[in-house]
Amino acid sequence: MVTLTIDGKKVTVRKLSTVLDAIKKLNISIPTLCHHPDLTPFGGCRLCIVDIKGIARPTTACTTPVSEGMEVITTSPTLEKMRRTTLELLLSDHPDDCRVCERAGDCKLQELAYFYGIRENHFLGERRIYKKRDGNPFIERDMEKCILCGKCVRVCDEIEGVGAIDFAYRGFRTKICPPYDKDLDCEFCGQCVAVCPTGALTGKMWKQKGRQNLKEIDTICPYCGCGCNITLLIKRNDVIRVTSKPETINEGWLCVKGRFCYEFINSPERLTKPLIRVVPKESSAFSVQQTNPPFLSLSKELFREASWDEALNYIADRLKEIKEKYGPDSIAGLSSAKCTNEENYLFQKFIRAVIGTNNVDHCARY
Amino acid sequence: MSKEIKIKVCTGTGGMAAGGENVLSLFRNALLSAGIDATFSEKCSVDKVGCRGFCGMDLLVDVIVDGKKITYKYVKPEMVDRIVQEHIIRGNPVVEWMVEDDFYNFHKKQTKVVLSQCGEIDPEDINAYIEVGGYDSLKKVITSMTPEETISVIKNSGLRGRGGAGFPTGLKWEICHRKKSDKKYIICNADEGDPGAFMDRSVLEGNPHSVLEGLTIGAYSIGAEEGYVYIRAEYPLAVNRLRKAIEQSRQKGFIGNDILGKRFNFDIKIKLGAGAFVCGEETALIASIEGKRGMPRARPPFPVDSGLWGKPTVINNVETLANVPYIIKNGAEWFASFGTEKSKGTKVFALTGKVKNNGLIEVPLGITLREIIFDIGGGIEGEKMFKAVQTGGPSGGCIPAEFLDLEVDYESLAQVGSIMGSGGMVVLDETNCMVNTAKFFLEFTQAESCGKCTPCRVGTKRLLEILERITSGNGKEGDIELLEELSYYIKTSSLCGLGMTAPNPVLSTIKYFRDEYEAHIKDRRCPAVVCRDLITYSILEELCTGCGACKRACPADAIRGIRKKTHTIDTSLCIKCGTCFDVCKFKAIMKS
Amino acid sequence: MTNSIPEAENHDVVFVIGSNTTETHPIIGLKMKKAVRKGAELIVADPRKIDLVRFATVWLQHKPGTDVALLNSIMHVITKEGLIDKKFIETWTEGFESFKELLEEYPPEVGEKITGVPKEDIIKAALLYGNAIRPGIYFAMGITQHTHGTENVYSIANLAMMTGNLGRESTGVNPLRGQNNVQGACDMGCLPDFYPGYQKVNLQGVKEKFENAWKVKLSEKTGLTAPEMINSANDGNLKAMYIMGENPVLSDPDVNNTLKALNKLDFLIVQDIFMTETAEIADVVLPSVCFAEKEGTFTNTERRVQLLRKAVEPPGESKEDLWIITQLSKRLGYEMRYDSAEEVFQEAGRLWPALAGMTYKRIAKKGLQWPCPTPDHPGTQYLFKGGFPRGKASFSIVRYREAEELPDNEYPFLLSTGRHLFQYHTGSMTRKIDAINKIAPEAYIEINPDDAKQLGIDDGKIIRVSSRRGSISIKAMISDRPRRGMVFIPFHFREAAANILTSNNHDPISKIPEFKVCAVKLEIT
Repeated sequence: MVTLTIDGKKVTVRKLSTVLDAIKKLNISIPTLCHHPDLTPFGGCRLCIVDIKGIARPTTACTTPVSEGMEVITTSPTLEKMRRTTLELLLSDHPDDCRVCERAGDCKLQELAYFYGIRENHFLGERRIYKKRDGNPFIERDMEKCILCGKCVRVCDEIEGVGAIDFAYRGFRTKICPPYDKDLDCEFCGQCVAVCPTGALTGKMWKQKGRQNLKEIDTICPYCGCGCNITLLIKRNDVIRVTSKPETINEGWLCVKGRFCYEFINSPERLTKPLIRVVPKESSAFSVQQTNPPFLSLSKELFREASWDEALNYIADRLKEIKEKYGPDSIAGLSSAKCTNEENYLFQKFIRAVIGTNNVDHCARY
Repeated sequence: MSKEIKIKVCTGTGGMAAGGENVLSLFRNALLSAGIDATFSEKCSVDKVGCRGFCGMDLLVDVIVDGKKITYKYVKPEMVDRIVQEHIIRGNPVVEWMVEDDFYNFHKKQTKVVLSQCGEIDPEDINAYIEVGGYDSLKKVITSMTPEETISVIKNSGLRGRGGAGFPTGLKWEICHRKKSDKKYIICNADEGDPGAFMDRSVLEGNPHSVLEGLTIGAYSIGAEEGYVYIRAEYPLAVNRLRKAIEQSRQKGFIGNDILGKRFNFDIKIKLGAGAFVCGEETALIASIEGKRGMPRARPPFPVDSGLWGKPTVINNVETLANVPYIIKNGAEWFASFGTEKSKGTKVFALTGKVKNNGLIEVPLGITLREIIFDIGGGIEGEKMFKAVQTGGPSGGCIPAEFLDLEVDYESLAQVGSIMGSGGMVVLDETNCMVNTAKFFLEFTQAESCGKCTPCRVGTKRLLEILERITSGNGKEGDIELLEELSYYIKTSSLCGLGMTAPNPVLSTIKYFRDEYEAHIKDRRCPAVVCRDLITYSILEELCTGCGACKRACPADAIRGIRKKTHTIDTSLCIKCGTCFDVCKFKAIMKS
Repeated sequence: MTNSIPEAENHDVVFVIGSNTTETHPIIGLKMKKAVRKGAELIVADPRKIDLVRFATVWLQHKPGTDVALLNSIMHVITKEGLIDKKFIETWTEGFESFKELLEEYPPEVGEKITGVPKEDIIKAALLYGNAIRPGIYFAMGITQHTHGTENVYSIANLAMMTGNLGRESTGVNPLRGQNNVQGACDMGCLPDFYPGYQKVNLQGVKEKFENAWKVKLSEKTGLTAPEMINSANDGNLKAMYIMGENPVLSDPDVNNTLKALNKLDFLIVQDIFMTETAEIADVVLPSVCFAEKEGTFTNTERRVQLLRKAVEPPGESKEDLWIITQLSKRLGYEMRYDSAEEVFQEAGRLWPALAGMTYKRIAKKGLQWPCPTPDHPGTQYLFKGGFPRGKASFSIVRYREAEELPDNEYPFLLSTGRHLFQYHTGSMTRKIDAINKIAPEAYIEINPDDAKQLGIDDGKIIRVSSRRGSISIKAMISDRPRRGMVFIPFHFREAAANILTSNNHDPISKIPEFKVCAVKLEIT
């Protein structure tokens, strides 16, 4: 353990901590844009500069290891002026379009500009303009909004192990892009979107779906067995975005399905009414190899809509009839690994207690 | 017939460009056809040698007959026959082709250590190096000295890093030597990126073995078994000679396993840089060797703690390492006898710009700028006024005439707002606009910024934009102060040396030539008449002969006039390209 | 899983066999990659060059279906090198001596001959695992979807037991469950031989316990497994089926057979959120609600019971499954009264002690891992701490047995089916996603470049793939992923349904179909 002093307060942290870790432990607020606790320190944005006794120039807290007896000052008029200049410079090369930006209200750059009250900019000048848009279907990459914090590059390399993007070009033209500046072609896990502090990376399907007055519901991903915790963002009755919080069991990381594949919820193809078959099965001549047109148009001719009462009564009558005629073991139930514990419990209870057979299974084998 | 004939042809990059290879083979053929065996005879040789510094006079050829050396300048293939016939066969040197006083003056105040064998020996032949005592120092170190003893010699010599920052080399080795690690690395930084700098290149082209010997001694001292030379791919000749040298050194057993029969293994790999200036920064260089984009990272940890692949690593510049064998051979006291209190030894500079004698020089530290520029450099070209000297390349600053008697060392240069850097020295005269000069260097650093940190990526861009508006006549009140403020910010908050030093050209020119900035901003005037947007071209009636040369040359059809009558320039059409100024034989075009 | 997902990053050796983790369990894949970054050695045993191979110290590219030979050979080396845990074997297991004799039959040379893995790699993997301090084994359907799947699992258990690598943090055996709640569906007794909590239907006292709880007479006869239901329907014995949230037409092997069987039923009820391929042949289709429209719990692969919260209102007249089941139940004369999902959950907890300590409130934040028997129990991070609950575990004598249907002259290629990253199962959810349909719009068959060259198949060409069950047209993807002689088809796509080709052969104990091995031929069309 190492003890150091920050703004006159003593703090003890683990040996391999950074000055920023120590500052955070004391709950002292300090701006950062390129820092992420799970990623290698970067030291690029220069916002977390602090004065350390014995070191002539200000040093970035995120990259500096602590040492015993270190004396750190996190704020002074000079430091604040430098931070302000850094922000002004970043904003001088950033589209002034918060009003239409997906991330407005959820943007670290915007928030810092707000806290530092940056209304005018001393350093207005050329701004990077990128006409071409990335054609991938998932991630909107608006590189004009990119502040080169490198979090996306690091998360893709260090967490996802993919390395689909990196810094390219030099100087003011420096840009983060896939090899040869082609369209992104990766696993589309969206980890980069999750860590991006600005509107540079967003979900393409988020576009103009809503920013304010969103309801947040913490729930569980419906895909694989990892059981990732997700947060659904709801506008009116629509899920418009999925995120995940860092304090979850999946540490906020998701995969392409967990993060981007929720459109099925609002799909127009959802079943909305009980259906009863009108065309006898033999004549429906169904084959799995038939592809388009989709099933819905086909099924419209096969079924008619019914009320719940009618459908349920019909089922009850038919099941009773079959059970009486062939015995309970002539009926079987297949439950689902997609349904909840409660539904599965009730389903097997229904098959066992109501039908009277143990013919119940689910798709564990497939 | 003479007893002993040696011909040395410069085949550095400058020499090659001037036809060195061709001249070399012509000399061989001429000697052969004259019945003099230049290939096998002990007493007769035609050798390619490295650069001897005065590249302005290439192709330089030494003809040594019985120990008497005559140097010829501007040698062309068609001159070979006459030199052989008259000088070698008949014993009458061709006087009109010989170098003159300026060549000797150029060398008079120089002290050559690192460059001592450049231009003397064949860089592609390890035996030539061994003949002049090469690898003796390595033998001495490995057979009779401990690593600690070796480090102590280097420490006592006072050698400091020649890459620019001037960190004591012995101390760096000592820190790394003390680190406990299963693996350590030593890297030679040959990523010489300053525009106009060619010190390291010349050493590698002229005497690559001295660098390898220094690197191996370093490896022995710190306990590294693997070394890298990180060199720009734009130096094909240096790379080629380095490759040959490593191969020869391996064959002779100076690198490899059980070097000189002792339990010391060391091998050297070459890693080519792709031309990024920032890769000269040590952490970026390490990233580049590791196969990543060359981007610096924050220090600490320093490379001696966690360098290449996370292992303790020493990085030394080419010139630093080339000094090492000479220090071991001649002793720490000998080396320390050159230089000043805190800066020992000699330093190689690439002297360029508006001096008469352009070239590569090696001088003892503590020499004055005046001696360098006026004695060695021969003064300003065209009898113009000296204005400033820019040292340290794009990261350095401009030093005005009032400091001409400054003794050059690490500290003194820093005191006047510049740096030693790797040794670039650009002389500026009255026709150089200082604002434009600052802009030139900033264009370079901005384009070479790796883009990682905000101050360097965006800050230098904004600096450049302010300079652009000043030089284009759109400067605003307060721009100088804004430049100063932004420069200070960039210096203090950038991540690496590139950003920290990038504003130096701006700050030093504002400091010493503020009036030029003010003239641009307030009077919309460029005192040196350089900034295109601030100058107008006109034709002086009294000098114009009406020859029409300017009219024909003008790409914008902005010049009117009939033959033999005074011509005029339509300023609304003039694009200020300066072509008329260049073509007028009567000095009738005026820039103002 | 005996361990927890967070423990995965702290193994010193990760042994992944029969799991394409980064595609099928991406977040557990991240943990494995993190372990490698932290210095762990990764052993990947997979017939395909899956993405994890990039991170592996050693990759064992064994022939599909030769897992037992591979594992026995690894254990042979471990025994020979003296890397077994004698104390663990003595304290917690029985039958090691005769098991050791069996291993004599599998020196690395034999292993190499059967599996096609160079013996040096077998030895390397054995030494890595045998010397590890905190090794974790991970497997999924690549192990279980074989006619000898149960033997494969026994073999893995043997390996962990002989090295004592069970019952410690970051040390254990971790089957990865494929669906979000496949663990829960098993836990809840949607199995023909178990009541909730793995209580055998034919075990003395169990039936009575449930009869008392549910106040009804119950059957003591073990029921039909899913494949048996299909067979029984085909035979005309099974007359009606109630399918909730499943799409067996596409997910079960031998589609034509499944279709034939389901069409023979007198009555088929399908309850789903979409008109699936199975719903299309139903007599009644009931619209249910999706995960975002209801409350309940899911149990993930690390036994963590987590709370699902209702986020939006369901479309149209669709109803929660719970409502539908209770309504049907009532109409069949059995009243089920629950005011909330939690009441159902609590009833399950009363019947299965492992859940007894959980409430919705307790699991609201991060869930709890069962067993969690009391309200103050913190849940169980990893299993078998301090031994096996039922006393000593036996080593199983398992010998390598060939897969049921191997390639021959007529059907010369070995087909494995599985998932890929961008689609999910039968695609009823993912194929509704525009972006997914752009990135992974169609089915493909992975063919080794050498095989493709020999057959003259070009990349992207549509070819015909046939087995003894049927044939499909599908796009060829020339890829170095499968080994020679092997092809791979993801089973998500109805228009080129891999399961038209797959065989009905299944493991005699677990009844899992042999999706990973069947014989096919490839023809240029």
